Amino acid sequence: MQNPYLPHTEAEITEMLKEIGVSSVSEIYEKAIGKASDIELKIPESICEYDLLRNFRELSEKNVNFQEYAIYLGAGVYNHFIPSAVFELASRGEFLTAYTPYQPEVSQGTLQALFEYQTMICELTKMDVANSSMYDGASALAEAVIMANNINGKSEILISKAIHPEYIEVVKTYSRGKKLNIVEFEFDNETGRVNLDDLKSKLSANTSCVAVQYPNFFGIIENLKEIRNVIPENVIYIVTTNPISLGILEPPGSFGADIVVGEGQVLGNPGFFGGPGFGFFATREKYLRRMPGRLIGQTVDSEGKRGFVMTLQTREQHIRRARATSNICSNHAHNAVMGAIYMSLLGKKGIKEVANLSLQKAHYLAEKLDKLEHFHLKFSGPFFHEFVLETDLDWSEINQYLIEQKIIGPLELSRFYKEMKQSALFCVTEMNRREDIEFLIGRLGAVFNEINI
Amino acid sequence: MKKYSKTHEWVEVDGKIATLGISNHAQEELGDVVFVELPEIGKEVKKGDVLCSVESVKAASDVYAPVSGKVVEVNTELDSSPELVNQDAEGKGWIVKIEINDESELNDLMSEEEYKKFIEQ
Amino acid sequence: MKLIFEKSVSGRTGYSLPDLDVPQKPLSEMIPKGLIRKEEPNLPEVYEAEVVRHYTNLSRLNHSVDVGFYPLGSCTMKYNPKINERISKFDGFMYIHPYQNEKTVQGALELMYNLQNLLCEITGMDHMTLQPSAGAHGEFTGMSIIKKYHEDRGEYERRKVLIPDSAHGTNPASASMCGFEVVEIKSTKEGLVDLEELKKNLDEKTAAIMLTNPNTLGLYEREIEKIAKMAHDSGALLYYDGANLNAILGKIRPGDMGFDVVHLNLHKTFSTPHGMGGPGSGPVGVKSFLKDYLPIPVVEQDQNGLYYFNYDLPKTIGRVRSFYGNFGVLIKAYAYILFIGKEGLKEVAELAVLNANYLRKKMSRFLKIASDLVCMHEFVVDGSELKKYGVKTLDVAKRLLDYGFHPPTIYFPLIVSEAMMIEPTETETKETLDKFAETVEKILEEAREDPEILKNAPYTTYVKRLNEVLAVKQPILRWQKGENVKYTDL
Repeated sequence: MQNPYLPHTEAEITEMLKEIGVSSVSEIYEKAIGKASDIELKIPESICEYDLLRNFRELSEKNVNFQEYAIYLGAGVYNHFIPSAVFELASRGEFLTAYTPYQPEVSQGTLQALFEYQTMICELTKMDVANSSMYDGASALAEAVIMANNINGKSEILISKAIHPEYIEVVKTYSRGKKLNIVEFEFDNETGRVNLDDLKSKLSANTSCVAVQYPNFFGIIENLKEIRNVIPENVIYIVTTNPISLGILEPPGSFGADIVVGEGQVLGNPGFFGGPGFGFFATREKYLRRMPGRLIGQTVDSEGKRGFVMTLQTREQHIRRARATSNICSNHAHNAVMGAIYMSLLGKKGIKEVANLSLQKAHYLAEKLDKLEHFHLKFSGPFFHEFVLETDLDWSEINQYLIEQKIIGPLELSRFYKEMKQSALFCVTEMNRREDIEFLIGRLGAVFNEINI
Repeated sequence: MKKYSKTHEWVEVDGKIATLGISNHAQEELGDVVFVELPEIGKEVKKGDVLCSVESVKAASDVYAPVSGKVVEVNTELDSSPELVNQDAEGKGWIVKIEINDESELNDLMSEEEYKKFIEQ
Repeated sequence: MKLIFEKSVSGRTGYSLPDLDVPQKPLSEMIPKGLIRKEEPNLPEVYEAEVVRHYTNLSRLNHSVDVGFYPLGSCTMKYNPKINERISKFDGFMYIHPYQNEKTVQGALELMYNLQNLLCEITGMDHMTLQPSAGAHGEFTGMSIIKKYHEDRGEYERRKVLIPDSAHGTNPASASMCGFEVVEIKSTKEGLVDLEELKKNLDEKTAAIMLTNPNTLGLYEREIEKIAKMAHDSGALLYYDGANLNAILGKIRPGDMGFDVVHLNLHKTFSTPHGMGGPGSGPVGVKSFLKDYLPIPVVEQDQNGLYYFNYDLPKTIGRVRSFYGNFGVLIKAYAYILFIGKEGLKEVAELAVLNANYLRKKMSRFLKIASDLVCMHEFVVDGSELKKYGVKTLDVAKRLLDYGFHPPTIYFPLIVSEAMMIEPTETETKETLDKFAETVEKILEEAREDPEILKNAPYTTYVKRLNEVLAVKQPILRWQKGENVKYTDL
């Protein structure tokens, strides 16, 4: 079958081989490799574009998607509205098919867009500097922990148990090479906030950093000020946060955070089964040279015109090699630019509005569910757009029932916390309409009878 | 008397104090110096240890201690004016002062003339 | 161009959101007072058309594969098929949540399962994880696996990793992040791994050798099987950096060469777009004795044909990121493999090698090639001769921009002076290669006549040469109100 990605005609191949001075491509391989090479791969024959399209549509339709189903799952990936302009602009080949901006003169589009992105992250988090993206929130947190160790040389990492459990797992994987000691501290079973006494008791002379999530994995809004107050000055304070929530919550930068990271998927990126979104990474100016990742800086060209370049590159692997601040090379620039486009469209008012809509609707649902028989809110602490609901019923049976009602139900917390078998984590955003919310309330009100038939 | 190392540091000794930096040849090779990462005062170094680094836009070059001793002073002017290393590498562009432990270590270093020959090779 | 912030007008909006359809409660009833945001973030206030024009105009300042030839060595800037973009945007792919019940995402799991298997078949490995987000992330994953493997066998003293001096910087950086000590191995004059050097450094403290094959000079390491034996005899493992896999698709497999761990770059070899530097995807394949060390979860299929995530790998290194990997990228790579099929893969490699050798031959007439050996998918020019014209590789690169070409990778690999690393890929026409060679030759003529032409290049780009020294000495990493007005042209 014709391969539309390849231009070579028979005549051209002959001509090119002649120029090289060989009789066949196989001969080139033989000369290069030193022996004949050819294997028979067990891979299907090619298919035409139309069949490919059909096959993939079929495959995609085997998934239940949350365009068609209502969704109350969050836990790190959130369903927010993405304006059409985000997709249209991001799909431009000039963004999509460009590489890392190594030649700034022909990469000003990328560089300026990422410079704008860095600025927006600084604005949201109230930090001094942000890099041009990491892979995801979890690896960004892990890199933050490594950076803290590089700054103060200490090896004990205090991490809140109310941080996304997968993020903690990633921190553990990254920490092994540096032999860092991960110490988890508890959350309060009543409020859902970090247990300050437990944190205090675990601080030591060897504590490198303290990491918390804001709002935390259970949706609870941590009191960042109180936490900072119990951490010694020289201990690095790391906060992983949801940037949408910062439309309405005082940013970590106001509470003395040293490094602020998080998952940027909520900023104009679709769920995509968990990736790609992007990680963001912001810190204080004094730690600039310890930062991982690519940084875009402003400068001038030879005629005095403003332009942008990748800068402070001596931190990076292609220059410092084994002694680089990180091994990161490819990042998630395209997703970050989608984030910048999203933030441009939403603006200062829009971000606040998305946050407020999510907050209001989540609280509406939480209050209603709390009043239902068999259900009650687990934590008393203030929450943003996620909350934990306890039941005396079986969450997996409930979720099974809900999916039949075209509802993707909450996250069963037993997945991560053995002791929380009766708990599930709900998320509500601006995408959950009142009628859908009422429908869910009705279904959960009836669920005891439904699943016990 | 000024002495040079094979790794392109210069050192000048006054009593127990050695002032050192990177050679004029080294700064030429490096190009525009944009940052000098100064060591902490009090840092103990052995001859041949990495003392600190000097950076251009596209390179980070280590500065090795040509003699053993303790860092007693650093040129903080380089924080704001790293270009001093380009302008006057073996004068105002000095990087650190070390209190030396063992003067005999100086004997392993090259004289100005020997260094000139060394870089021509 | 103005920054989006400089186009902001107070009161303008560019969004349309659902109404608040539940009773509004005061914020103070839900959020403690001190935690309510006091000052709005200074995000731009612009309307939709402005945003569209702004980013469309920005995009036009970029070179890209869709715009023209992009022969960046070691990056495999091949054409990125449009069908893959279309497919990846199906609702059933884009709008699925990682914590949905496995039964409701069978399509996604099937895709991942099949892709794992296809990549195993292509590389000759036994098991594959799709979790790593990029090449370097794959390296970190692979080297973490190697570390844990040795430690589980009680061989804690294996802390040394041997890496050729021609390697990409991520190799030593990744090894170092895993807690290894990096030992650089000098290359031979031809640019291959020096077996004597290797032997000297290979001992009971060596954990692994990290290699790329073909290597960064585009040369095939003919002694690879010998190297593999040397490594294994001394108890070390062999790691394959898949940056250059494009050259050998369907021809020869890393698994057959003797590699134990392999990472791939789906954004290079398997046509997924580079997106200005990411997202990529860096799957890692291992031989069966390392399966239990893979990051969790891996996708498997049960007897009933149901796909599921297996979290039960007893020796797993853990996770290297949240969720399962860059699924959005995986879709495109999977579509690419199915579309071009078995024969297509082989054709890709052969034509990539043909293009590189053709261009190499043409350019060898007026430039020195770093190695005399036959190249694979890329080759490196030694630009040290440019000195005689008073110019550098950088100047040639900048002048290429004026002729509408993206320059090759420059100053890499580090072992070649004034290096220019050229990878045309299989998706470029003979005319383009001819034109490129002609242009470089013309630029050399210009250099002979008047080196200043090159030194001041480029002339036709939106900005001229940028002051990178200033950017480091006085870092401005974000926009701030009231600044940025001193420049001649916004």
